Amino acid sequence: METTGSANVSVPCWVMFFRSRAPVLIPVRMSCLLSFKLSVFSTVLLLLCTRFVCCNNGRRVGDALDAEFSGFSVPLEHSFEVDDVAKFRVRGALVLKAGREPSVSLSQNQLSEEDRTKLKEVAAVDGLYRIRVPRVFLQADRQTERQMEGYLTAFVRACAMVESHLSDVIALHTDVSGYLIGVSIVTFPGACRGTEVEDEVDLEVFNTTLSIMAPVNAPGPETALFLERMEQELERKGKNPQEQKSFFAKYWYLILGGAIFLMATSSAQPPAGGDREQS
Amino acid sequence: MTDLFVDRLVICRRQQYVGKVRFAHFDMHVQSSKKVLVATEKNVFASLNTRTGEVYWRHVDKTGPEGNIDALLMHGQDAVLVVGNGRLLRSWDINIGGLNWEIVLDSGSFQSACFVGQQDSVKYVAVLKKSAVSLHYLSNGHQKWVENLPESETVQYQAVYSGGNGEVYTLGVVPHSHITIVAYSVEDGEIIKQISVDAPWLSNIQASCAVVGQGMLICADPATVSLYMLDLNVQSQMTQIPLQSLGLEVSPGFQPTVVSTQPNPARPPHSEFFVQLGPDHYQLLQLNNGQIVALRDFKPAMLVSFATTGEKTVAAVMAPKNKTGLYKSGRRLLDTTLIFNMDPNGGKPEKLYVQAFLKKDDSVGYRVMVQTEDHTLTFIQQPGRVMWTREEALSDVVTMEMVDLPLTGTQAELEGEFGKKADGLLSMVLKRLSSQLILLQAWIAHLWKLFYDARKPRSQVKNDVTIENLSRDEFNLQKMMVMVTASGKLFGIDSKTGTILWRHYLDNIPSNAAFKLMVQRTTAHFPHPPQCTLLIKDKDTGLATLHVFNPIFGRKSHITPPALPQPILQSLLLPLMDQDYAKVLLLVDDQYKVSAFPSTKNVLQQLQEMASSIFFYLVDSSQGRLSGYRLRTDLSTEMIWEVIIPTEVQRIVSVKGKRPNEHVHSQGRVMGDRSVLYKYLNPNLLAVVTESTDLHQERSFVGILLIDGVTGRIIHEAVQRKARGPVHLVHSENWVVYEYWSTKSRRNEFSVLELYEGMELYNSTVFSSLDRPHPPQVLQQSYIFPSSISTLEATLTEKGITSRHLLVGLPSGAILSLPKMFLDPRRPEIVSEQSREENLIPYSPEMPIRTEWFINYNQTVSRVRGIYTAPSGLESTCLVVAYGLDIYQTRVYPSKQFDVLKDDYDYMLISSVLFALFFATMISKRLAEVKLLNRAWR
Repeated sequence: METTGSANVSVPCWVMFFRSRAPVLIPVRMSCLLSFKLSVFSTVLLLLCTRFVCCNNGRRVGDALDAEFSGFSVPLEHSFEVDDVAKFRVRGALVLKAGREPSVSLSQNQLSEEDRTKLKEVAAVDGLYRIRVPRVFLQADRQTERQMEGYLTAFVRACAMVESHLSDVIALHTDVSGYLIGVSIVTFPGACRGTEVEDEVDLEVFNTTLSIMAPVNAPGPETALFLERMEQELERKGKNPQEQKSFFAKYWYLILGGAIFLMATSSAQPPAGGDREQS
Repeated sequence: MTDLFVDRLVICRRQQYVGKVRFAHFDMHVQSSKKVLVATEKNVFASLNTRTGEVYWRHVDKTGPEGNIDALLMHGQDAVLVVGNGRLLRSWDINIGGLNWEIVLDSGSFQSACFVGQQDSVKYVAVLKKSAVSLHYLSNGHQKWVENLPESETVQYQAVYSGGNGEVYTLGVVPHSHITIVAYSVEDGEIIKQISVDAPWLSNIQASCAVVGQGMLICADPATVSLYMLDLNVQSQMTQIPLQSLGLEVSPGFQPTVVSTQPNPARPPHSEFFVQLGPDHYQLLQLNNGQIVALRDFKPAMLVSFATTGEKTVAAVMAPKNKTGLYKSGRRLLDTTLIFNMDPNGGKPEKLYVQAFLKKDDSVGYRVMVQTEDHTLTFIQQPGRVMWTREEALSDVVTMEMVDLPLTGTQAELEGEFGKKADGLLSMVLKRLSSQLILLQAWIAHLWKLFYDARKPRSQVKNDVTIENLSRDEFNLQKMMVMVTASGKLFGIDSKTGTILWRHYLDNIPSNAAFKLMVQRTTAHFPHPPQCTLLIKDKDTGLATLHVFNPIFGRKSHITPPALPQPILQSLLLPLMDQDYAKVLLLVDDQYKVSAFPSTKNVLQQLQEMASSIFFYLVDSSQGRLSGYRLRTDLSTEMIWEVIIPTEVQRIVSVKGKRPNEHVHSQGRVMGDRSVLYKYLNPNLLAVVTESTDLHQERSFVGILLIDGVTGRIIHEAVQRKARGPVHLVHSENWVVYEYWSTKSRRNEFSVLELYEGMELYNSTVFSSLDRPHPPQVLQQSYIFPSSISTLEATLTEKGITSRHLLVGLPSGAILSLPKMFLDPRRPEIVSEQSREENLIPYSPEMPIRTEWFINYNQTVSRVRGIYTAPSGLESTCLVVAYGLDIYQTRVYPSKQFDVLKDDYDYMLISSVLFALFFATMISKRLAEVKLLNRAWR
């Protein structure tokens, strides 16, 4: 593996980041000191029975059915382990539907009793809840072309998953040609405050909001609109008679005043003997 | 304030460079000439002043092979250049640097060129290409004749030679078979003769042969350890002369070379020549009536060179005892030596250029220009005095940092008091008193100096900056610029005067090295010295080394950096500090193992505590893979996210995060209706730029991805259709600005993306990538830019209060300071009351280039490759360094100098008014009291 073109680019990434400046004794300018905070969370284990739920993307309610026959299904897998070594198991099935506006729906199982216990244990040690989906090419015609090697992975903190009562927002991102390039998961609310989840029912059913996003088209310079506006402005100026007045029409009183003033001054002081000098 | 006044006069400076010298010729046609003509590997042809080392004039050609200078020939006032692998033939007037003529040559790869003279005057230039030889008039460049070379498919023609006898010889070789010599008539290009001589040992004429004396080709053969002679005028066999018979020995495994001199192209070369017998062994030989005579042995000798003035030719030998010996060719021996000290931090000498001149008593004097491995030119006069040095390595700056200067001794003393641990009340009081005394003393000394200097005229007060009197000024405007150049030479340059304060050459730097410079400890932690670390990585193998040094003095640190046996993928400087206030550098190797530098117990303990919140990412552009990792407590790593962009469609061209030392003063923008729009200020946000692999102008696109570097969440994904790179990008605060080429409209366009959280802030006290569930609002707008650009950077100030400007390096050499205000996606198309309230400029699709925005006025910066910005101690001021072929340093004030009093500020008026008011109050108070008293009496 190699780092990119800008050879040694590296950006350290930090989870917690205070915007305030740490106090510096010596009056010298230095880069901001970052402070860190780690929250420790404790959770309580709860048990629940299982149920089946189906969840669609929320944007297009009717799509779930269409997708059944024209779309194709890929597994959505998750992993949460106390020792943080990823062991992915199936969480549900994503049904992807290609087309002009790709859509996605998800059918997923409930968390088993064992899983719930484990999730809480993982949350207690501030472990991660990871998900992954296989790389797929949405626009391919045949099933064999769709699947590609490798997975796209994402994570949230397990405690956030527990505290949000399994309400997560999963977004799948495609590129311009329909390749799945990334997956992201956030929970809502996203914070780990250490609140205890008492009710077992809360950790049973995933409350997933799902979406698939293609890149938006970045706007180019808006020349047409600008020109239109310019033309309108010109027209407005043309219609307005006040702007069209000529120089004399606008300032006739000034010119008249100036002329009268000149005449008055010249009549008061008649030129002293032009004739005499001529002779 | 006087300081500031002086500063403003010398506020910006430019230094011009030419690059590593490939050819150099002294101007010989006038006896008292002060010029040396250089052609460099940066495709620059320039004339330097030999007295001062300054550039008289300079011509910068295209970069890359198109502008490559293949040959430089000098005769009289004319300098003839072959440019672009034999594409162009140009003649320059060396006095004024004007172009005499330029002609386009026939296609074919360039081999060699030489002047052709007849009857003691030089009239033509012969250019040898792979399959043809042509003769051009020196006066106007017109072609006299062009002839195809016989059997050019099999014979490699490599050299062209003329001895002034009306013939032009082209020398070709069939490797390991024979030499072919074709002689053409100068008059009409007719082949006079064509001979072919067996030479099964020869493969390259230019590397091992030279013409000596009256047309005698002498070649050296390492296999049989002998010289071969061939008279070009008479067809004959090659005569073998074993070097043993001359009493000479060749170092084992060394390829001997022959060095001859032909001072006047209209005459045959001199009969004296050098043979290099070993890496530091030269032998001067003479060809005397067909016999080779050994004249003198030079060992050790690093470099040799010939120089001619008038009728006299001298040979110069540079010996490693730091001296240049001189040997005059001819009967008499003239042995003079010139001893000079080489910079111990420089490289080995590489080339020697000698300027010989006739003194008044008709003896020969000489000056020497030495080129060393670190691209330095040193010009030395006779008693060993270095007249000037030019650091041409600075024409190729790769990366740089600005480091604060240290405090003065007294300031440091005061700081030291706080730095030390408290040891008792009494000693603390004593310490405080002593430091106060020292301060008082320093202040009195300063006053005395001011008083003393005030009596002198201003022009005489000179502040020469040396490494001893370096200290920080009041506003921290003067800094040390640490520059890393591609040749591996490091420089410390004072930003105020531009003087090079220290230089350090790192030898054995791989040619394709990538550099990363990091400031591990600033000057703020007295008494610990500041510390910089340079990571040098071989791009092919990934193996890296660390060079740790003091940025103020350039000295290598006594701290031994860790050996790095594994290839390094990523390096990151953490804001964590060890007990000596050095920031921790983490290095990730190809096994995804992390090592820390410094790796003391304290650091490892801190790392263990912090491990779960240290994330980093790796980019593999060959597979389109972006992956995020988290540190574990045992310093191993685990992959936590992965985004894969298929390389069939697009490839990642750059990934840019934000600068870690950036401050954002306001968290939001006040809207026209007095509500606040909060900025999305994610310090971990990465801007990823991709370009489509399909380059068809209808289907090509540029992709912009905003990814959170911790969670791998794609915040925004956009494509700019019908666009192509090269993309220049700046990522700062809550915005990303990029520039691309629009293939549809055939123009350059700027686009700006701004991210906002909305009207409410999710969590105003702390930003965590793991806890920002709402995606930000993304606004975008694009503009037409009427010029292509070379580089893009944003200004940076101490607290981020000052408005931002973009610094755009244009190919014309100008640097444009473009207000960010013009790149604001909230610029309204239709002006409303609210947008007017908010001071938004109405949208117009074209971005203006106003000439008053050029911060370098007429001081253009050639081939600007990078702009570095650093904050100063004044909030209004940002320090800017533009580097490319030239280096240019200035200050910019994006919001004008709001925190500095004007030069013409009237102190007298203000203070007199204050005093007058003060006294008026006193008097009126007194009067009022008297009046009150009087009234009371009544």
